[in-house]
Amino acid sequence: MSAVTEQRAMRRGGVRALYAGNARAVVGRGLVATRSSNWVVIASGFFEPVFYLLSLGVGLGAFIGTVTDAAGREIPYAAFIAPALLAVSAMNGAIYDSTWNVFFKMNFGKLYEGMLATSLGPLDIALGEILLALFRGAVYGIGFQIVMQLMGLNLSWWALLAVPAVMLIAFGFAAIGMGVTSYFTTFQQMEWIMFVLTPMFMLSATFFPITVYPEPVQWLVMALPLWHGVELVRGLTTGVVGPELLVHVLYYGVMIAAGLAFTTRRLRALFLD
Amino acid sequence: MTVISATDLVKRYGEVAAVDGVSFEVAPGESFGLLGPNGAGKSTTMRMVGAVSTRTAGELTVLGLDPDEFGPEIRARLGVVPQQDNLDNELRVRENLLTYGRYFGLPRRLIAERADELLEFAQLADRGDAKVDELSGGMKRRLTIARALINEPRILLLDEPTTGLDPQARHILWDRLFRLKEQGTTLLLTTHYMDEAEQLCDRLVVVDHGRIMAEGSPAALIRQYSTREVLEVRFGSERNAAAAAALADVGDRLEVLPDRVLVYADDGEAALVEVTARGLQPLTSLVRRSSLEDVFLRLTGRSLIE
Repeated sequence: MSAVTEQRAMRRGGVRALYAGNARAVVGRGLVATRSSNWVVIASGFFEPVFYLLSLGVGLGAFIGTVTDAAGREIPYAAFIAPALLAVSAMNGAIYDSTWNVFFKMNFGKLYEGMLATSLGPLDIALGEILLALFRGAVYGIGFQIVMQLMGLNLSWWALLAVPAVMLIAFGFAAIGMGVTSYFTTFQQMEWIMFVLTPMFMLSATFFPITVYPEPVQWLVMALPLWHGVELVRGLTTGVVGPELLVHVLYYGVMIAAGLAFTTRRLRALFLD
Repeated sequence: MTVISATDLVKRYGEVAAVDGVSFEVAPGESFGLLGPNGAGKSTTMRMVGAVSTRTAGELTVLGLDPDEFGPEIRARLGVVPQQDNLDNELRVRENLLTYGRYFGLPRRLIAERADELLEFAQLADRGDAKVDELSGGMKRRLTIARALINEPRILLLDEPTTGLDPQARHILWDRLFRLKEQGTTLLLTTHYMDEAEQLCDRLVVVDHGRIMAEGSPAALIRQYSTREVLEVRFGSERNAAAAAALADVGDRLEVLPDRVLVYADDGEAALVEVTARGLQPLTSLVRRSSLEDVFLRLTGRSLIE
């Protein structure tokens, strides 16, 4: 009797009911659906950081001149903010797909309800949608990386590793973004995402080093995910590489794992009651 | 050998019992209906059978497996047509079938073959490249049914399959479902239309407030709970009650509705003769066969569609 109960409990809580190993079907669906996407919105997500780079990096940078980097070298202001904007573009791509797109599918399209009537489990859907968001983040990131290369803002061969770093950042934001979005049912609530993202974008050592802040504020900024992304990418593109970069990678690893678990739980609670 | 077996099935949301001790069995190839008004617990029962909702109490097996434990295995062998179409609007008609097949992990070539057959079956063969939004309500419904068949399910679950469709579209849909039934697909459907239940169901349960009120074939239920014929007479809304008092002993039984009086009798014409013999002049009169609507009225004192 107890063996049977144990087995039941294991199955209920086990990964079997959550995951059919078929996230690729969800990714495949997303790629087919991309054809009907709003391309203006997609393009604007890419160009936004490019415009920041041109106006602030090139324009304002002409007044600022150089900045002292972590290794004590003088580097052009544009080369200082470009990696931060690269991290931001990855974040933007991931957030757009994992918040607005997921919001519509969840509340209007009833897409996940249909998917969960098949053999797919909540983890298949979460992973599939997050991989799609990651894909967009990566496309933005690689595009921006090319712009940086053309402008001579990659100061080291380590910059090649910025591409996987950008994918890591996109994965982290997509995982959290989808989980958070699952709580939202109105457009007003969706605005809160921008309410959080905009200050984070402005203050995460994007345009100036965080040493300008008093120490308590520095600690606060260092708790934010974008700061870790910015520091990781900046380390790579400027060639200041040390063990602290692994801390940033670890931060994203935790963020991805937590986001996936969180989103899966939410999907199960919403659609498999 | 049953394909679905429910015993004292209960689903509670907080204090409210949406399904409150429901028992029924469905045999392979059978077409089984849950008939009842909105909010009777039909859709909740369907969700439990469809392995997307866990039960609060009772026993349930679908294809011999417990849906709370073997959700993915059961869902792989079910076709689900939900109450509201949830077609993928970002995909075209044929893409909807192809993508859905991939959700079951089926190989592409197999899905492509089946998709063509199913578009034919759903009479949508010439609309494969259309956008979903361009389809009429009836076409969307047929596409939803075609999509539910992509994995060649053992059981097809249909939740209110023709609600919101015009009469012509309903008849086309019934014809399609009847073909599936002839091919041996087990159908489990909910409806609040008695004509639909009479057309499609071999056997059904009448559900109200989460409980089963009666069970049987449509004909047997009508025999058991109603008379062969019904006389409907209208005297005007002011005078129906007074007229009913004068008719108390005509036929087997009376039902007084706000707009008309129903006289249950095996011979409706004879009942009408009796009504006029008592000096009552109805504004309109109609003799018809008893339907499941009358069964429901008898069992619950209420109409199915309110």
